[in-house]
Amino acid sequence: MATQPEIRGIGHSVERKEDARLIRGKGNFVDDVKLPGMLHLEVLRSPFAHARIRSIDTSAAAALPGVVAVVTGELMAEHGLAWMPTLSGDTQAVLATDKVRFQGQEVAAVVAEDPYTAKDALELIAVDYEPLPALTSPQAALASDAPVIRDDKEGQDSNHIYHWESGDREATERAFGDADRVVSLDTHYPRCHPAPLECCGCVADVNPATGKATIYMTSQAPHAHRTLFAMVAGLPEHQIRIISPDIGGGFGNKVPIYPGYVVATAASLLLGKPVKWAEDRSGNLISTGFARDYHMHGELALKGDRMVALRVKMQSDNGAFFADAQPSKLRAGLFGIVTGSYDIPAAHVEADGAYTNKAPGGVAYRCSFRVTEASYLIERLVQTAAYEVGVDPAEFRLRNFIAPEQFPYRSATGFDYDSGDYAAAMQLALDKLGYEDLRREQAEAREQGRLLGIGLASFTEVVGAGKGKDYDIVGLRMFDSAELRVHPTGKAVLKLGVRHQGQGHETTFAQIVAEELGIPPEDVDVQEGDTDHTPYGLGTYASRSTPTAGAATAVISRKLRDKARELAAHKLEAAPEDLEWEPGRFFVKGSPDRGATIQELSLAAYSDLPDGMEPGLEGVHYYDPPNMTYPFGTYAVVVELDRGTGAWKVLRVVAVDDCGVRINPMIVEGQIMGGLTEGYGIAAMELITFDEEGNCIGSNFMDYLLPTSWETPKFELDQTVTPSPHHPLGAKGVGESATVGSPAAYVNAVIDALAHAGVRNIEMPLTSDKVWAALAEAGLAE
Amino acid sequence: MAHVDTTAPEAAQTSPITRRVDVTVNGEPRSAEVEPRMLLAHFLRETLGLTGTHIGCDTTSCGACTVLLDGTPAKSCTVFAVQANGREVRTVEGLETSDGLHPMQAAFHQEHGLQCGFCTPGMMLTAIALLEENPEPSDDEIRWALSGNVCRCTGYQNIVNAVRSAAAAMREGE
Repeated sequence: MATQPEIRGIGHSVERKEDARLIRGKGNFVDDVKLPGMLHLEVLRSPFAHARIRSIDTSAAAALPGVVAVVTGELMAEHGLAWMPTLSGDTQAVLATDKVRFQGQEVAAVVAEDPYTAKDALELIAVDYEPLPALTSPQAALASDAPVIRDDKEGQDSNHIYHWESGDREATERAFGDADRVVSLDTHYPRCHPAPLECCGCVADVNPATGKATIYMTSQAPHAHRTLFAMVAGLPEHQIRIISPDIGGGFGNKVPIYPGYVVATAASLLLGKPVKWAEDRSGNLISTGFARDYHMHGELALKGDRMVALRVKMQSDNGAFFADAQPSKLRAGLFGIVTGSYDIPAAHVEADGAYTNKAPGGVAYRCSFRVTEASYLIERLVQTAAYEVGVDPAEFRLRNFIAPEQFPYRSATGFDYDSGDYAAAMQLALDKLGYEDLRREQAEAREQGRLLGIGLASFTEVVGAGKGKDYDIVGLRMFDSAELRVHPTGKAVLKLGVRHQGQGHETTFAQIVAEELGIPPEDVDVQEGDTDHTPYGLGTYASRSTPTAGAATAVISRKLRDKARELAAHKLEAAPEDLEWEPGRFFVKGSPDRGATIQELSLAAYSDLPDGMEPGLEGVHYYDPPNMTYPFGTYAVVVELDRGTGAWKVLRVVAVDDCGVRINPMIVEGQIMGGLTEGYGIAAMELITFDEEGNCIGSNFMDYLLPTSWETPKFELDQTVTPSPHHPLGAKGVGESATVGSPAAYVNAVIDALAHAGVRNIEMPLTSDKVWAALAEAGLAE
Repeated sequence: MAHVDTTAPEAAQTSPITRRVDVTVNGEPRSAEVEPRMLLAHFLRETLGLTGTHIGCDTTSCGACTVLLDGTPAKSCTVFAVQANGREVRTVEGLETSDGLHPMQAAFHQEHGLQCGFCTPGMMLTAIALLEENPEPSDDEIRWALSGNVCRCTGYQNIVNAVRSAAAAMREGE
């Protein structure tokens, strides 16, 4: 019997395979791609938030040495490309032809021999603008006398975009009528930005001889983007190859298609040369997919200490084009999950969208389609209700959680929760925190004039889209795929339809093959991101890779294992049902020495087959999930406020996550800590805002603040494990849990420090000036 | 194509003013004629082909472009290449030697101190400069030293662990 290699499958913290190139500076990011004869494209952006374009004079720019082409909306229009469809079924200008509708909108582009010359030429383009009033809030945009931003759209006579409802209005009204008490909260989840450290960009290379367009692109969803390119540009889909190389973080920002990609591809097509577009940071922050900007009004109906109904009115600020990245049938994404972890019998949610003179492209910043906004609202409301009822916020949650025996649970807004034990996760967090002692400490500190706050958030997410019947992107069902090829020597290549941006797929998915087929992770090369060489899939966002492509990997590995059993039966001269599987090996029942390893069976698949069997050991599986998955957990945050300045310091963060079965615990914990940090950033500092003329404040990293190692708290992690009953591995997806759940925990902690003085809300980000104002109003400022 | 002029205008023949830059990069002398306005980050990436130095923000805020200039961390997106004339530059490509990975590289791998890997080169170089000055830093000293380098993925905790672990390995190696 051959010596078995160590098989580190599910549950092993295998060190990451992708690190080898990244720690040496040998990654291959889009801006590292350099092709012979490559030209450089830079984009001219609008300085105005709303203005009519009277004329554009590009002659001086075109005359600048080194400039190869100047592209305007007029030129794009000649090719039918001045406008493009958005992911929410609207249209978006590629290069403006009539008006600019937000500051930073793409107006023209220069293609030059080097990027410095291209930037010089931008300054030589003369655009004559007629400024129009800028509308920077949905309230202003929906006023009856507001100018219509989208006057390009026939029949659009206001700035209203959509109305959407979920739940049972009548049942909810009845419950409110019978309630003892109604608790409400008005809050704005502010506009923020995923701000991955790598900006967006592409190198478009249309080969004039073959017509093949190879586009290296910062894409979280290369296959969907290929199809969209085919639809938008009219190029035959087999002549488009999207290569999404190493991606320097995405967090949702790299889900949409942006004008820069389209113009660079058009320029390459027209010029017959490769064209690179490397977005700068300012362009990234002012024009690409922002997140949130939801104005929410929530009301809870209470009977005693039980929540009996939830009513929400939400107004989204979608910017100049309705370009939210979300499943086609959902106008406000998965915001309906707003009942959270609680057994609330009745709920009704109403949402309306508005055009404003702000950047378009609402994306789910490390979130599954608006789950973050929903989770924030309910967790803030629950804490408010606990104060009003006079029950400790932890105890109040405990009395209202969906109980373990209620799963599978259908929520009042129609979500089918797969599994959960919310009380167990919260109890573990409380124990780890020493909750009761801390409450005593908080009371004693208050006596001494110190303000401590303890905030909880017991979130439930809905991730892993589809199922495909209910969830699609522009009609494409949200399944995903895995193709597994085992070579004769027992080494394998796994090709996936998803595309990681730091999540560690090259390691995690190899471990799934290891678990199911017994081939060690180092012998499985995981490939993603090249549409010519991977099976179709919808991409990586919404924590969907493990729920979909991970499931596909498990299923195809099992299918190959079934074939390996037949091969083993032939080789060992036994009946297939008389064989037993142990990791990496089949053996004859009762004769453990009579066996064959998966490596031997791989060779047999190409060399020693039973008559009639198809040679080879490979296959592909497309996995359409039967349901979403519902990760959950409790985050507990302790803060202390500075009464002199309003600054607040995080003293503790305890995070208990339940994402079902963990494939690589090290990677899972890395995802959670990253999310806890982005959640902290959102709660404390990250903000895209606008002055009344629509100038974007937050257009660079001096204005758009990100948490550094200095402010970022230390994290204490723990887990419970409640497997998903419908996922082949019991896994649920974890990339976004902490960004979804933690902002409410941080905010709840700050509010908790002031709750005794009647403070119920401070709007994010909780900058020290706002906290100081709340302290002053409560008479607690020093 | 109304606005496209693919013929090179005559003015293209007048070359921009250039300056010669002589610099030692990762121990090797390198020279080039560059425009005085060329940034060091672009010089490294485009002129020398060392693409391990990344550009994240253009405004000295994020630290992705950090290199060591005469041993001191410098954000190469706001240093001109000509300012590096006569000086020594160390980039991520210069960390590994024939003896293997630099202890900092090994520690980032072992401690899961990177996810997307975009900030990693700058982060490691800043950390190496810290350990040159302070071979046994506290966690707070590590966090303070790295506070000019932004990471969007990891939450920093594993980066701090990696730097602490690299420091121990480097002390043992001496």
